[in-house]
Amino acid sequence: MSSTEVGYNSKVEGDVVHTTLDAAVSWFRKHSLWPMPMGLACCAIELMATGASRFDISRFGAEVMRFSPRQSDLMIVAGTVTYKMALAVRRIYDQMPEPKWVIAMGACASTGGMYRSYAVLQGVDRILPVDVYISGCPPRPEALLEGLMRLQNKISNEPHVKDAKPARAREVAVA
Amino acid sequence: MPSQPAPGRWQSPETRMSAKQLAKKLKQQFEEIVSGPVEFRGELTVEVSDASQIAEVCRFAKEALGFDYLVDLTTIDNYEEAPRWTAVYHLYSYEHFCHLRLKTSVSEEVSELPSVSTVWRTANWHEREAYDMMGIRFAGHPDLRRILMWEGYPYFPLRKDFPLAGKSSEMPDVAFSDPAPLEGGPFVTVAGGEDSTAREPRVRNPEG
Repeated sequence: MSSTEVGYNSKVEGDVVHTTLDAAVSWFRKHSLWPMPMGLACCAIELMATGASRFDISRFGAEVMRFSPRQSDLMIVAGTVTYKMALAVRRIYDQMPEPKWVIAMGACASTGGMYRSYAVLQGVDRILPVDVYISGCPPRPEALLEGLMRLQNKISNEPHVKDAKPARAREVAVA
Repeated sequence: MPSQPAPGRWQSPETRMSAKQLAKKLKQQFEEIVSGPVEFRGELTVEVSDASQIAEVCRFAKEALGFDYLVDLTTIDNYEEAPRWTAVYHLYSYEHFCHLRLKTSVSEEVSELPSVSTVWRTANWHEREAYDMMGIRFAGHPDLRRILMWEGYPYFPLRKDFPLAGKSSEMPDVAFSDPAPLEGGPFVTVAGGEDSTAREPRVRNPEG
């Protein structure tokens, strides 16, 4: 055995994949989102359906719904945010560790929806940085899954190691 | 003939009284202040002219007439008319199986009614809601706090002079509020439109 090999030899080096750290981290993150189900109204029913067997959000790696903000990295605001609830939502968001993302699910969470009212916050983006807005009243589970896939695309294009920015400074995608 | 039934008990069809008979009894007891009853679509309404006695009238209705259930307590804003507030008490009797409505009015200067929370315990929350939305106080209420809006919200949103869009307010660390963008609205639907485009809510001229 006296040959000199310059290239990659799987027999010598095993199953090695060359990549950048950023690409690897984004791949881990986007396939392991742990949602915080911020269910506030009827959208939460569709959110539950998305988690259940027929639509099965676990196909996208986001099935681990955590009811503690400390264990989640994706807040799904599903429903009408009233002014009375607004600061509680903000507080729960603040308790989530970075990196974290927000989906505004449905018309109410996105804009206040049909509630042009003294009691309803006109879009959760007035208090949180929202990454993906989903239209619908309520959106079907497919729409939520579409929003989740858009968020996954967004995460894969984010710099995770170099130039990582806090959530507030990130751009917004519209689903 | 069976004798006069004792209160607080289910009445058989023979001893059961109608709302009209019960309203008559109420009128006999409070002759000077109770008027009516007025019948509209099969529902009886009794007006109580002296709002300061509404708790006694309610207590009599419950204890002597068997109106053991306060279905709802609500308020009306007679904006730009006097007296400004009307309180409405919807009663139901599980003894006689009939409804009765009591109405009483109070001026904006007074804005206070005696609490009936000692008559029906359910009135506790109803009166808190009436206080929260209209700003009518209830004397003798055990715990008159806001129930829907947060403590410290400075307005009464169901008053007619409160704008539909709401007003700005700020309670540090509790809540804030801002007027909603109405974009020229409120949006109004048209009943009987030809298709969903014609029916859908739009900003419409009140005359058109």
